[in-house]
Amino acid sequence: MPTVTMTVNGRRVTGEVEPRTLLVQFIRETLGLTGTHVGCDTSQCGTCVVHVDGNSVKSCTMLAAQAEGTTVTTIEGLANGDLHPMQAAFNEHHGLQCGFCTPGMVMSAIDLVNRNKSPSEHDIREWLEGNICRCTGYHNIVKAIKAGAQAMAGGKR
Amino acid sequence: MHSFQYHRPTSTAEAEGLAQKASESRFLAGGMSLLPALKLRLAQPSDLIDLSRIGDLKGISVTGSEVRIKAMTTHATVAASPEVRKAIPALADLAASIGDPQVRNRGTIGGSLANSDPAADYPAAVLALNATIHTSRRTIAADSYFKGLFETALAPNEVITAVSFPVPQGAAYEKFFHPASRFAVVGVFVARSASGVRVGVTGAGPCAFRATAFEQALSKNFSADALKGLRVPADGLNSDIHAAADYRAHLIGVLARRAVAAA
Amino acid sequence: MTVQGIGAAVRRKEDRRFLTGRGTYTDDINRPGQLYAVILRSPHAHARILKVDTSAAAKMPGVAAIFIGSDMAKDNLGSIPCGWLIKNKDDTPMAEPPHPPLVTDRVRHVGDQVAVVIAENRNQARDAAEAIRVDYEVLPAIVDTASAAKPGAPQVWDQAKNNVCFDWHLGDKAAVDAAFVKAHHVTKIDLVNNRLIPNALEPRAAIGEYDRATGDYTLYTTSQNPHLIRLLMGAFVLHLPEHKLRVVAPDVGGGFGSKIYHYAEEAIVTWAAGKLGRPIKWTADRSESFMSDAHGRDHVSHAELAMDANGNFLALRVATIANVGAYLSTFSTCVPTYLYATLLAGVYKTPAIYAEVKAVFTNTVVVDAYRGAGRPEATYLLERLVDKAAREMKIDRVELRRRNLIPRDAFPYQTPVALQYDSGDYQSTLDIGLKNADWSGFEARRAEAKKRGKLRGIGISTYIEACGIAPSAVVGSLGARAGLYESAAVRVHPTGSVSVMTGTHSHGQGHETTFAQLVADRLGIPIENVDVVHGDTSKIPFGMGTYGSRSLAVGGSAIVKALDKVVKKATRIAAHLLEASEADIEFKNGTFTVAGTDRSVPFGSVALTAYVPHNYPITELEPGLEELAFYDPLNFTYPGGCHICEVEIDPETGTTEVVKFTAVDDIGRVINPMIVEGQVHGGITQGIGQALLEACVYDKESGQILTGSYNDYTMPRADNLPSFTVETHNTFCTHNPLGAKGVGEVGAIGSPPAIINAVIDALSPLGVHDIEMPATPQRVWRAIQSAATARAAE
Repeated sequence: MPTVTMTVNGRRVTGEVEPRTLLVQFIRETLGLTGTHVGCDTSQCGTCVVHVDGNSVKSCTMLAAQAEGTTVTTIEGLANGDLHPMQAAFNEHHGLQCGFCTPGMVMSAIDLVNRNKSPSEHDIREWLEGNICRCTGYHNIVKAIKAGAQAMAGGKR
Repeated sequence: MHSFQYHRPTSTAEAEGLAQKASESRFLAGGMSLLPALKLRLAQPSDLIDLSRIGDLKGISVTGSEVRIKAMTTHATVAASPEVRKAIPALADLAASIGDPQVRNRGTIGGSLANSDPAADYPAAVLALNATIHTSRRTIAADSYFKGLFETALAPNEVITAVSFPVPQGAAYEKFFHPASRFAVVGVFVARSASGVRVGVTGAGPCAFRATAFEQALSKNFSADALKGLRVPADGLNSDIHAAADYRAHLIGVLARRAVAAA
Repeated sequence: MTVQGIGAAVRRKEDRRFLTGRGTYTDDINRPGQLYAVILRSPHAHARILKVDTSAAAKMPGVAAIFIGSDMAKDNLGSIPCGWLIKNKDDTPMAEPPHPPLVTDRVRHVGDQVAVVIAENRNQARDAAEAIRVDYEVLPAIVDTASAAKPGAPQVWDQAKNNVCFDWHLGDKAAVDAAFVKAHHVTKIDLVNNRLIPNALEPRAAIGEYDRATGDYTLYTTSQNPHLIRLLMGAFVLHLPEHKLRVVAPDVGGGFGSKIYHYAEEAIVTWAAGKLGRPIKWTADRSESFMSDAHGRDHVSHAELAMDANGNFLALRVATIANVGAYLSTFSTCVPTYLYATLLAGVYKTPAIYAEVKAVFTNTVVVDAYRGAGRPEATYLLERLVDKAAREMKIDRVELRRRNLIPRDAFPYQTPVALQYDSGDYQSTLDIGLKNADWSGFEARRAEAKKRGKLRGIGISTYIEACGIAPSAVVGSLGARAGLYESAAVRVHPTGSVSVMTGTHSHGQGHETTFAQLVADRLGIPIENVDVVHGDTSKIPFGMGTYGSRSLAVGGSAIVKALDKVVKKATRIAAHLLEASEADIEFKNGTFTVAGTDRSVPFGSVALTAYVPHNYPITELEPGLEELAFYDPLNFTYPGGCHICEVEIDPETGTTEVVKFTAVDDIGRVINPMIVEGQVHGGITQGIGQALLEACVYDKESGQILTGSYNDYTMPRADNLPSFTVETHNTFCTHNPLGAKGVGEVGAIGSPPAIINAVIDALSPLGVHDIEMPATPQRVWRAIQSAATARAAE
């Protein structure tokens, strides 16, 4: 089987995988990082969102082989010990209920703020097109992302 | 997914060579359509040829008269490009309307056009702007590129390398989003240039097409009012649970008027 | 301790693990030596199985075993049971066909389970499943609710003539008939309550495991009620006694009802794990979820409201056909009966009500409770009907509601459809709703929108619902095959920290925080010192799980009862330590004090004494501080309220935008207002989904599901929604110790009619007076077109 090598959450990892292995399978099954989820098979729900070379992508719609040589960040790699300001904002504003969409939401939100330091409610709602939440009605997610953006701008990260 | 061989060529020539050797190969660009299809086991290629490591397939260049986008350029790159936004803002708007942010971060213009999904956005712009498709072998004019449902003028194993869009005097893209998939139920791209007005329609038929009756009316009088009373016939348009053919025909008119007003 | 006690918006304890990717959902669990199962599902809606050939598949790489229906049948396994027996009008029992985990002779819906392939990895199992050859004789299928019971429809079951599962009724027919004769006006309405797919974001999954040494089975499953699964699967399907079967429902990614039921896959992996002696994991692909998770709603109804000349409601008559799908799911039969017809009084003092419900089998996935379960169907029917009545009677729709509301002083209020409401204040929730929504300022907003080419409308719904289904004796007499109490154990540890074992299950509701607040409030300890344990039959004494907004009202009450016992015993220990009489001991803020003195002992010292009983009343009291309580409620609880929606419609495209949504809910005692608001937001969103976006559509000819992925089933997304204005105005439940009513479902129950009433209000200037859910752009556009055509013809 071919091997793939990439940097995941700051650690260089190599694994033998079938070519048909998805990046999300590599992350969950080979690396055991189960914070990245799978909620659909048609690339819509966004529970699998990770960052590849700094951009949010759906890891269910990318082969592990396509990630060869890239730098991947998953929800587990966002913060060391403490919470990333975006994670803290989701807690503070009750932006999660069952928690299943949450890792993808947080990863997606951080990509938004990296591109748009101070997103409006409209910007946030549009950006979340690729992230489905069935619990919160998004109301508190939107609040959390606004607050998370402010906290990130405050230089915490 | 069924199993397949995976290749990562570094030149288009190598890619074409690999494709010729394989029993059934598919080129992998951003993978935003191909991978979901493979996951649902709707296709069973023997070989997947990843174009992402071919050095010369990414980037945007803008001259006074033309925007040239290389095939492996992502939608996000096009949407965020100040040069594109300055030259053809409607094209940046269109790119920003594709899929969702994560799809835009991976999906590419070349992949979209090679796939030619009937509900994809770029085909409307390609037709309306009278773009040219550059491939590993030739150039293809917009009007002879789209052939039918998921069918294009591309020969087997031919690789799209770039698309060049002439800069129009004015243009706008109006899209009626599919409520679930966020593809275009109907998308209408209107472009006005020295040679006249072109109207590209996507989502409504088996592949993108031009609304010629609209074009004639608009070439005489470029205003939403000029389209009053004009209708694209519903015959042959797509019908599904979200939009029957007559509704799509109606939407083409509505969106065309709005695009004209915005252009 | 008010900072963390009852009423405080405490930030959730459970968040950290979810936010850092360290939650443990079923598919995150991997057991040593684990195999992977893939279910081969029927591609046909209805077909006879002529032959299943697994020979080629069995030889594929990595395949450990393939089982088909006859393999399971050989082990004499039972049928997946239905939890509620409904009787027909003539007192005969409903038709109750068998429901084997793997079918043998006939498939009855697309997605029905034909075989299971078990292999070393998921891809191999999938590859092999594709290599199984099944010869089907395709039969005609029926998927349509309205026509399922008509003569000539394809028959799903031989034992259910005309596809009728039951033909049930409730209420006083004679009184209703008599009232209609005297009526000044009768308003009639025909309604479809659209079929929905719950779509919890975590797909279902199950891992079966068998310990050869002990003979113990373990099932990890995505369930809202592990004890119920242990009971249903153990006692009825696999014949495993409780002490040899452990069911674990770890972190669960949403349920909304769909994870209440015992599903075939749970039995399959558990049984197969025993056969193979290795753990077996099954995880649904989303495509599988669409064709195997229980769906919701799917009613077709006709209703008539009789009124006097002043618009006073005299009587209500309702006839409903409810689709139960191809088999009977766990609660499928009580949803369109005791959770639906009993709610048809709503918040109104209608004196006579008669409802008939015919449940029909079809070649579709099972239909069972989905957030609200029966109550959204009742509310939608009533609130659409009341709006229509107001239009026909030319009485303002708010005024017509006011005239018919149950007065504040009428509680306890006995409805003509069995329920007795204990408390409520419908006038106030209505008044606050109108004020918060600026109802009186609406016409100006409508006019402003018109200038922008938009049609603006406003709609209202005043609703009631019933939660915490109970008491056991009553539901038992109505056909329930289980009790509906809840258990809680409170274990005080020697150093004063506390573990609470609850039989409810949290899959997003935040029990780990809310229940910890109950303990913190009562025992005066920080919530950090309280752990709420749920979801594991080996840790929890017993439980009925979480659904029907019952967790706080029933499960929380059980915790309160257990805390009462803890405090009582601790008081005796404190009295001993303080050398005082028990009657003189006061317990406040975590300290036991001899009344009127400064002699006191903190809770922690009492706990330590209970476990280190050196100075202890050992002849009167056992050591230790741990109490168990079971709580069986005296009645349902009755949340209610007022929802107001404002929409803007683009008349050219038919697109509806919800621009404003106001909810005022009466949910009884609030423990954590932050969590309460979150529950309401989520419920409203599912209501907006039902009203404007979501529908499960089957092809009437082929029985194929046309909305089998997120490409066609419209899930509400952030950009479909506004931010919401929510508030509570609470009257307390009179019969449980907390005064709690429940909040999980109110949003999904109250909102759909408010939204559709708003859409109709927006479109009525164009002559549109009816629209079906979901009011999609195409549907709205068509309604506008047909009204225009009708006007032109006049």
